[in-house]
Amino acid sequence: MKVLVCISNVPDTTTKVTFTENNTKFNTQGVQFIINPYDELALTKALELTEKVGGTVTAINVGLADAEPSIRKALAIGAHDAVRVNAEPVDAFFVASEIANYAKSESFDLILTGRESIDYNGGLVAGLLAEMLNMPSVNVVTAIDVNGDIVSLERDIDGGREKLECKLPLVASAQKELTEPRIPNMRGIMAARTKPLKVVEASSAQANSQTLNFELPAAKGACKLISVEEAGTLIQLLHTEAKVI
Amino acid sequence: MNQAQDFQRSSKSDLYQHHDYYLMDELLTDEHKLIRNTVRDFVKKEISPIIEDAAQRAMFPHYLINGMAEVGCFGPQLPAEYGCGGLDYISYGLIMQELERCDSGIRSTASVQGSLVMYPIYKFGSEEQKRKYLPKLASGEMMGCFGLTEPDHGSNPAGMTTHYKDAGDGKNIILNGAKMWISNSPFADVAVVWAKNEAGIIKGVIVDRGMPGFTTPETHGKWSLRASATGELVFTDVLVPKENILPGVEGLKGPLTCLNSARYGISWGAIGAALDCYDTALRYAKERKQFGRPIAGFQLQQKKLAEMITEIAKAQMLTWRLGVLMNEGRATPAQISMAKRNNVAMACQIARDARQMLGGMGITGEYSIMRHMMNLESVVTYEGTHDIHLLITGMDVTGENAFT
Ligand SMILES: Cc1cc2nc3c(=O)[nH]c(=O)nc-3n(C[C@H](O)[C@H](O)[C@H](O)COP(=O)(O)OP(=O)(O)OC[C@H]3O[C@@H](n4cnc5c(N)ncnc54)[C@H](O)[C@@H]3O)c2cc1C
Repeated sequence: MKVLVCISNVPDTTTKVTFTENNTKFNTQGVQFIINPYDELALTKALELTEKVGGTVTAINVGLADAEPSIRKALAIGAHDAVRVNAEPVDAFFVASEIANYAKSESFDLILTGRESIDYNGGLVAGLLAEMLNMPSVNVVTAIDVNGDIVSLERDIDGGREKLECKLPLVASAQKELTEPRIPNMRGIMAARTKPLKVVEASSAQANSQTLNFELPAAKGACKLISVEEAGTLIQLLHTEAKVI
Repeated sequence: MNQAQDFQRSSKSDLYQHHDYYLMDELLTDEHKLIRNTVRDFVKKEISPIIEDAAQRAMFPHYLINGMAEVGCFGPQLPAEYGCGGLDYISYGLIMQELERCDSGIRSTASVQGSLVMYPIYKFGSEEQKRKYLPKLASGEMMGCFGLTEPDHGSNPAGMTTHYKDAGDGKNIILNGAKMWISNSPFADVAVVWAKNEAGIIKGVIVDRGMPGFTTPETHGKWSLRASATGELVFTDVLVPKENILPGVEGLKGPLTCLNSARYGISWGAIGAALDCYDTALRYAKERKQFGRPIAGFQLQQKKLAEMITEIAKAQMLTWRLGVLMNEGRATPAQISMAKRNNVAMACQIARDARQMLGGMGITGEYSIMRHMMNLESVVTYEGTHDIHLLITGMDVTGENAFT
């Protein structure tokens, strides 16, 4: 089985977010980047599946050279090879187009992404990619298993759980419960030195959206504590200050 | 052997964040950073949740050995052909830093295994000894300890009385004596023991657990390195095959070469302990309010924090440079000694200041600082006491021997 895992390079979860260029660009100065945590789950699952049924796992990233530490980490965790499409990942449509363009000629059986990247939280790449490649897609999956060319999947739905089956090829996006992320080891890190990381130039895909500006959420107000004896004051404040009742 | 279920897992998550005031990360390769983050992730997931319980109850978490080996904490600086990591000395240092960031006892286990057991076998062992022991020591299938210190000979190991003589059967030697304060001894499968031969020359001998006459009683009641097991090595007419003698070295140079490698790792490890104390104190000082404002806003607390990060930054620079010299094979024993002494003393001071900043909260096991503070008392003592390292630098710069 040939699996492709899409790896996005995102700011570490503890990053203090600021913007540049008139609030139209995220300020990457001094920011630590990591593999998008959902993508790490997708990668780990891909490895678990290929360890079971055989096959290879390719990691793909659309990004500039500064994303390479994350790609090397994917190789250290166990991906067999990696591809970087050399372009700034301007929006979901562009990223999906570039991945589709690469995947077209490689006939992958399974393409895994994260449910969303934790920076812009778009959650669009999996669906777009499937559409572009004319494959079915299942989003936000919590379990995947492969038997021959049949994939069984599970996903949480409102008030319950859906179990479905689908034929390969398929695009699926990973949700938290899918698996436990794998921590690389020194052997993997050494092996990653010599694993192929192919850099391909971007196709002529165009972004179809543009950021006008970013705004930070309003700072959280201070928390007022009101003692039990003064429940009346609470009602009054909810009326007059919070204006919610 | 203590298993995972023997420990209570803390529900508190390990919030540690690295501090890099002088942008030292720019001097590291991407691979170095990946190695550091890998060990940090492993530590946060597997060790941090149980370390306080392990230390409080003085129980070594044997079950972690597999995970530590799998990540690559044992002998990462030795060649891959013997199942080891094949990494450079900066990588080795970063691994020790991240382990000791959590606990000096856990780092000690890895230091002893990698620098004091695997390293002498690699450096002074025969090809058969290397093939027999190194892959198993790297994979954690076998654990080792290092026997140099004796009840009557600590700072002065040359005076050791542990000795062996030919058994006369053409095959064995007979080993007698006792070693004390030996990390990992209670559970080690092999001991690299330094003993005098009939000519009074110090040689290294590999002693396997199970050899009749060889026992390893545990040392109880430590107030330091409580998550690490320490014990004695007692040899009463132990028959050891001659092929267990390390052929490649004789004299004090043998154990001292091992100590160089371990002291180098300790100099990184101490930075880890200091960073954890600083990180904890900084976060606490920003959150804890007294007299209506965060204690981080008071000058006396700022003085402590400012001095801590200054000393950490200086140690980071010194140690990175030492790593480069190690990689080039140019680091002198005196340079390594200076880094060990400076960094451990720095960590001891930071642990004490940080502990005070937490007030009463710094006294309980709720925070890691007092554990670090107590651990560091061993670290400042073993592998050459602070004073002995002063004498090493003193002799290096004056040419005068002040030891005796
Ligand atoms: C937890 C722990 C783990 C250890 N693990 C190991 C291990 O795995 N393997 C091993 O071999 N050893 C180990 N050690 C032993 C350690 O290396 C020794 O304790 C250390 O070398 C000091 O020796 P000592 O305790 O005999 O003290 P001593 O040598 O008796 O020193 C006592 C004091 O005298 C000072 N002193 C000694 N000589 C001089 C001098 N010439 N001039 C000025 N001052 C001097 C010392 O600095 C010290 O302050 C461990 C120790 C501890 C506490």
